[in-house]
Amino acid sequence: MSQNIERSIRDLREMDALSSGNSAIHTVSAGAKLLVTVVYILTVVSFDKYRVSGLLFMIFYPAVLFAVSGIPVSTCLYKLRFVLPLALAVGIFNPILDRQPAFSIGSFTVTAGMISMLTLMMKGVFSLMASFLLVATTRIEALCGALRKIHVPSMFVTLLLLTYRYAAVLAEEANVMTQAYSLRAPGQKGIHYSAWGSFLGQLLLRSMDRAEELYSSMLLRGYHGEFYYAQGRKSSASDFLYAVLWCALFVAARCLNLTQILGSAVMR
Amino acid sequence: MHMADALLSPAVAATMYVASGTAAAISIKRLKEDDDPQKLPTMAVASALVFAGQMINYTIPGTGSSGHMCGGMLLSALLGPEAGFLSMIVVLTIQCLFFADGGLMALGANIWNMAFYGCFVGYYLIWRPIMKSRLFAGRDPHAAQRAKIIFASIIGCIVTLQMGAFSVVLETTLSGITELPFGAFCALMQPIHLAIGLVEGLITAAVLTYVYETRPELVRDVDLSEVASARSSKSLGTIIVTLALAALVVGGVFSHFASSNPDGLEWALFGNEEGGYSSNMGLDEENFGVSSAASQTASDIQEKTSFLPDYSFAGSENPMGTTVSGIAGSVMVAAAALGICLVGRFFRKKKA
Repeated sequence: MSQNIERSIRDLREMDALSSGNSAIHTVSAGAKLLVTVVYILTVVSFDKYRVSGLLFMIFYPAVLFAVSGIPVSTCLYKLRFVLPLALAVGIFNPILDRQPAFSIGSFTVTAGMISMLTLMMKGVFSLMASFLLVATTRIEALCGALRKIHVPSMFVTLLLLTYRYAAVLAEEANVMTQAYSLRAPGQKGIHYSAWGSFLGQLLLRSMDRAEELYSSMLLRGYHGEFYYAQGRKSSASDFLYAVLWCALFVAARCLNLTQILGSAVMR
Repeated sequence: MHMADALLSPAVAATMYVASGTAAAISIKRLKEDDDPQKLPTMAVASALVFAGQMINYTIPGTGSSGHMCGGMLLSALLGPEAGFLSMIVVLTIQCLFFADGGLMALGANIWNMAFYGCFVGYYLIWRPIMKSRLFAGRDPHAAQRAKIIFASIIGCIVTLQMGAFSVVLETTLSGITELPFGAFCALMQPIHLAIGLVEGLITAAVLTYVYETRPELVRDVDLSEVASARSSKSLGTIIVTLALAALVVGGVFSHFASSNPDGLEWALFGNEEGGYSSNMGLDEENFGVSSAASQTASDIQEKTSFLPDYSFAGSENPMGTTVSGIAGSVMVAAAALGICLVGRFFRKKKA
């Protein structure tokens, strides 16, 4: 049970470590990356459910980013293990319900349902990769700074930043508690119902006290309702170019079937 | 219940973003009017707690499985609905960004499904009315308050989870993603979330009664004047055991009911063609049968259509040609993408 928590703590630390890299992608301003990610996901999801080949072109974006930033693909694929089953659960009925044949390879008939399931899975994987890459190449402070710049309320941004920092602290504490509990209750799978309330309740009460201390220490450091975000550097022309080029490519891929064009150019 | 991006069309996702965003804006405005600066760190720690608490497994007595807690009801009972809602948004955002639970585009929908109902509906329509009501009035006031907390938590979690699950079905169906008809999808989602809601309700009740026993001032809408009187007449254990047994009985009955009535799914699987389900799309109970004439003709139609040889993708002029060049292009794109990855790795190794 506590492995579960440990894994989450490790996941958080790993993302923190990845995001503090210094590749070319890491140095692009957070705002530009945020914009490109949103446009990418919107484009991917808006593809028609039967356009596999057009959608496939969109793989270029994650491929280039993985290659340039040096983020291991395996870390991202590992995270997919949560998303794929869910997309599969909803898509699994498509091949059964939509049985109109699309084309056949030899004697095997590929149905429209199979194709729509495939595009559903691809959309899931692509959009997840995009948001993973955003977080893996951008420090949380920079991301929050970008959110502030597009006028997301400061209350929300501060809350996000504080929670992100405290999530690791409390996960650590929950981990210690579950470990202590399981050592005293060998062979038990989870928390016994007699301890449901007191277990989390204890953690809750201690956290509330911690919040008071946290607030006092924030006041002592000059907090007055707004955080300051260090401006690494101003958005430059290259940030602008980065955003414009990617967005143009996405729109082109959405409107024209670039994969098809590529294929027919070769076939000719 | 976290939805992935692929399950939503951009239009539905945008609508849900607007809905959740509006609720968030109103919450922020109200919190600003409250002007309680100390609340922010409390909210941050509370959402971090929900985040940590969701990782802990709770053994469900009598079964091999385990449950998790739901944050919405707990947070709104402790912080109030507006602060609870914002805290839940933050939890969901972090889960989305760092743990790939649900997608970035689906975040608006996820916030609506999991935070809005739990916080606003759960608080204003369930928690506060029950806590202010004269329910259990005949009893010792302390015990009555505790019974109300337990009652409100369980009802709140069940109802808000049902609403959330229903919204997932609605959003996915409106997006046109799944071929599964609306009714069948509902039949899959609702019973399972009834069970989940019960367990989450029990855990939330256990935590809130604990807090009520130790620090009653932290729980919202508790009448503090009645707290001081007679401590704990009935142990928490007995109440939870009673409720857990009740939950098991209810859960057992419902799961039996669900498994002996797989109509929705069967109907979805067999009555799927043109005339088949369009007539009983809206969960019409009378035409719910599998062996109807409509489904018979439907399967006939299906048999015929599946042998139509020259069907191609909608909108393409020359089916064979485009398909072949499409496949060729796809292979090239895949190869190129792989190439980019390999080249990137090669250069990095050199640099290192």
